[in-house]
Amino acid sequence: MSNNKLNGKVFKYGDSIDTDVIIPARYCTSFHAEDLAPHCLEDLDVTFASRVKSGDVIVAGHNFGCGSSRENAPIAIRGAGASCVIARSFARIFYRNSINIGLPILIAPDAVDGIEDGDQVEVDPTTGIIHNLTKPGEWQADPFPEDIEKIIKIGGLVNYVKERLAQVYDEAVET
Amino acid sequence: MTLAEKILALHSNRDSVKPGDMIMAKLDMILGTDVTVALSVEVFRNMGAEKVFDPDKIALVNDHFVPAKDVKAATLSKIMREFAHEQNIPNYFEVGRSGICHSLLPDKGLVKPGDLVVGADSHTCTYGALGAFSTGIGSTDMACSWALGELWFRVPETTKVVIEGEFQPYVGPKDLIMYIINKLGVEGARYQAIEFTGGTIERMSIDGRITVCNMAIEAGAKTGLIAPDDTTRAFMKKFPDIEGVYLKSDPDAVYSQVLNVDVSGIEPLVAEPYLPSNTRSINELTGVKVNQVVIGSCTNGRLEDFRATAEIMGDNEVHPDVRLIIIPATPGIIREMLAEGLVDKFIKAGAILSPPTCGPCIGGHMGILAKDEVGLFTTNRNFRGRNGHPESKVYLAGPQVAAATALTGRITDPREVV
Ligand code: SF4
Repeated sequence: MSNNKLNGKVFKYGDSIDTDVIIPARYCTSFHAEDLAPHCLEDLDVTFASRVKSGDVIVAGHNFGCGSSRENAPIAIRGAGASCVIARSFARIFYRNSINIGLPILIAPDAVDGIEDGDQVEVDPTTGIIHNLTKPGEWQADPFPEDIEKIIKIGGLVNYVKERLAQVYDEAVET
Repeated sequence: MTLAEKILALHSNRDSVKPGDMIMAKLDMILGTDVTVALSVEVFRNMGAEKVFDPDKIALVNDHFVPAKDVKAATLSKIMREFAHEQNIPNYFEVGRSGICHSLLPDKGLVKPGDLVVGADSHTCTYGALGAFSTGIGSTDMACSWALGELWFRVPETTKVVIEGEFQPYVGPKDLIMYIINKLGVEGARYQAIEFTGGTIERMSIDGRITVCNMAIEAGAKTGLIAPDDTTRAFMKKFPDIEGVYLKSDPDAVYSQVLNVDVSGIEPLVAEPYLPSNTRSINELTGVKVNQVVIGSCTNGRLEDFRATAEIMGDNEVHPDVRLIIIPATPGIIREMLAEGLVDKFIKAGAILSPPTCGPCIGGHMGILAKDEVGLFTTNRNFRGRNGHPESKVYLAGPQVAAATALTGRITDPREVV
């Protein structure tokens, strides 16, 4: 399945990009993408929100998304137009939140080495294959653990819970 | 099995689990706050859920932006309040009875040893201080948890930190955890549990253990925890009807790494901007000019922290160029401070007392920093822009260094002022 390939320009940042710079708490009195997106990454790169175009890709180092549990962070990234984040590693809660809201995240240290700011890349979030279109390079992101793959396939945790709730309600009717 | 593995096994009806296992586990407590609940309510409704699985196992706490800092913050609290009423959630905490969640829940008997706790707040790892497995989640995870009463977890590896020795005077739990985070690095325990053990931990109060476990996430950890013991039993005596499960790691438990710490060599420490792991010995930073000192937060907003503050301050006054903001974590702590004369002492010295709130810790209100201003806070994070203008700076320290710094207006070794 490769009909959902993402294609965009790279915005490359360093290590430990924390949730406070992804979306400062002063804007977290809202959780709506349209309120958050204009401020995404503004304390790190004031021009990000105005330059990023739909489909663009964030590439970063270790520990991306460290800090707060605020789901506003992946919502802001997606709302700003970024289609996915490629990093050497992700902080735990950001990782869960991204999977839950359906923001593709890829762990691919070699790709981070081989991709520069401004490169054009093509990413297949289903296979994890990352292709640099600016200068030759192709990488395979780490696969997701099987159970997380299941959650992604079913369309996120909310869909899983919907199915479970339907079962619970059915059982309640039967008994 | 390790303590963390035992708690997860207990909540997933298994005899044993091992790191890497994916489990669905039953939850004892689900914490939400004014910042994270409103989104969860929306997700909860969108998934077609009508009733929460068990209203008694949910806590809803007004702390981050309260008393409401603006209309948007007021709206967030309103959504939470209405949801609490609709779902008959008894542990909804209104301003006046509310406090910083991670101090409030232990003091209300809402977490106990052996519990599995999740919270839509990253510092939910704090309850490891009582021997619970507790971890932060996002708003979607919280909505799903409300609906089902269970959640998926990957069983984490455990990093063991063995802590021995006696603290030097004016060095304490905050210095210890900043030292450990510096040794492990900001992601040195990513996805892992950190178990704090050893003689120093065994002798440490619950307030101190709260400080230590609170910052486990700053090393990337899923939870920080301490085996419950007699100190824990004594703390839980306040809640005679609540019975915890007192577990500890097996002697043959497997750890991913072991760090040995001798606290007797630890000096007062300060973490430089913009990472909590940028820990420096105080003498490397002595003299840095500071505009504002904040003593509070879920890390250092408890009675013991304010006693330590008072001890350093003596009868001295706050430096005229410094704003000293004292934020007791809960109303109960204010009453304890009043009883001990601490409030009077602080006000007389020129400090100001804030109502219990996260406030400046998250750059919300009650002490935001302007461009180029410098703060020294007893909070847990000093990321760029977290506490105000992106070009402000925050140094992190324990209450003793904070108190000494408030007196002189410059980062100061507490041993120099007492
Ligand atoms: S005091 Fe600070 S770290 Fe603690 S819960 Fe509040 S905002 Fe988070």
